[in-house]
Amino acid sequence: MKINQLLENKNFKLLNDVPYLDEEITYIRSCDLLSLVMAKGEKGDAWITVQTHSNIVAVASLLEMSCIILPESIKPEETTLIKATENDIPIISTPFDVYKTMKEFSF
Amino acid sequence: MKFEYTISNLNFSTAGEASSNIKKVLKLLGIDSKIIRRAAIATYEAEINIAIHSHGGKIILYIEEDSIKITAIDKGPGIENIELAMKEGYSTATHEIREMGFGAGMGLPNIKKCSNEFSITSEFGKYTKLEITIFI
Ligand SMILES: Nc1ncnc2c1ncn2[C@@H]1O[C@H](COP(=O)(O)OP(=O)(O)OP(=O)(O)O)[C@@H](O)[C@H]1O
Ligand SMILES: [Mg+2]
Repeated sequence: MKINQLLENKNFKLLNDVPYLDEEITYIRSCDLLSLVMAKGEKGDAWITVQTHSNIVAVASLLEMSCIILPESIKPEETTLIKATENDIPIISTPFDVYKTMKEFSF
Repeated sequence: MKFEYTISNLNFSTAGEASSNIKKVLKLLGIDSKIIRRAAIATYEAEINIAIHSHGGKIILYIEEDSIKITAIDKGPGIENIELAMKEGYSTATHEIREMGFGAGMGLPNIKKCSNEFSITSEFGKYTKLEITIFI
């Protein structure tokens, strides 16, 4: 599934302004321990996390992940959105919990 | 080629900038993406460790014909027991830091896994120094 296909579902809302949304989401990963994500994360991953500080953008960008998804309507910090826009990382918000979010995908 | 980055302590909003810059440099040089990934992971973890556990320090990147060398050196407080610090899962991170998602005790083991050559030296009370070599 591509990012813009995910966004057709109104339960997924893009929070920042990024130019390329036709990137393929190649896998979905949920983890809140940054060094574990750093070790296991892959290019193209959609990453579900409850962390909201700007370091999540550094991780996603270094690993070339496709997007960050914040579940349970969790709001990111303002600096996180700014940094994400600078680094072309889409930040997507959903009211869904992790399980419901993952159910949107099949690989 | 040599690049140097200053890392301040407890500044989480800028932590990650050195590694992201290093990644850009390596990309521009056309280095293989698998090698870049390893270098990016190693520098990120070294950078975060300086920001979280030390009084500040620097990361120096040397790009040579057949290798990338990354040196991370800080101003202390040093590591008392290096063998313990290298163990997966060992962390002295505070509760607050753990809540931010750091402190899994995976950083140093990750760095070692990404390196072809790795050395860690420290003088307790003085400094910690990592020397990482990744063959191109
Ligand atoms: N630069 C440093 N200065 C002082 N102590 C350090 C330094 N780097 C690591 N340590 C010590 O070694 C321990 C293990 O480091 P490691 O990077 O493996 O895990 P962590 O930083 O605690 O957690 P994680 O990296 O998974 O977020 C740290 O908790 C800390 O006690
Ligand atoms: Mg660490």
